[in-house]
Amino acid sequence: MHILALTSACISILGAFMVITRRVAVHAVLYLVVTLLALACVLALLGAPFAAALEVIIYAGAIMVLFVFVIMMLNLGKPDRDRETEWLRPRAWVGPAALASILGMELLFGLRTLSGTGITFQITPREVGLSLFGPYVLMVELASFLLLTGLVTAFHIGRHWPGEH
Amino acid sequence: MTVFSLNETLLLAVLLFVVGLAGILVRRNLLFMLMSLDIMLNAAALVFVAAGAKWHDASGQVMFLMILALAAVETAVGLAVILRLHASGRPTLDADSGNLLRG
Repeated sequence: MHILALTSACISILGAFMVITRRVAVHAVLYLVVTLLALACVLALLGAPFAAALEVIIYAGAIMVLFVFVIMMLNLGKPDRDRETEWLRPRAWVGPAALASILGMELLFGLRTLSGTGITFQITPREVGLSLFGPYVLMVELASFLLLTGLVTAFHIGRHWPGEH
Repeated sequence: MTVFSLNETLLLAVLLFVVGLAGILVRRNLLFMLMSLDIMLNAAALVFVAAGAKWHDASGQVMFLMILALAAVETAVGLAVILRLHASGRPTLDADSGNLLRG
């Protein structure tokens, strides 16, 4: 089990290093998704399944979709077909695919061997929820303020202003 | 006892943080700077979860949730700023050209 966690940690560091050295933004996003998935594996092995699920759903899902949308909206200069052939070359996706397949094999192995024994202790979502809405309820309100502020700010900044080219 | 000792998790978090910091310092493209910022936030969140796992406390994961909300807001606002810079006819996403903003 330690070797599983060690492999995930190595994949996450390797993916993070590849993120900051890529030249094309889409390739960096692919590596960033792999990094986040590996970190989710580490979190799950640390006994935090709720945090791992949220990492996959919110980080690797929602936030990365935001990145992909913005990259799609930014690269409007070149003709579409050139960009697609550039993105779909195997050199672009074979690295993230290899790292993700290692993670997938790890998951299959873990499901087969660790399903009965599992991780000895976990902090379940129930405890997290009790703590979140017990002593930390004021912080939840502040986080909702933060999210509302971010919503208003993003709406205001991204609004189309008249009289602009 | 978990799979990782606290020291190993701290080492992983420090390495991730250093990689993200190097990305922010080296890259000048705003998109890559945002991605490096996300990596750094993830490293910080990992330390919270590891500490919560060591002391059997759910507070670590509560802090993880807060960092998640912070990262979502930060990414949304940052990407809105990037779209705004691009919409105002700026040819590049170089962060150092941000001091040329007018109005």
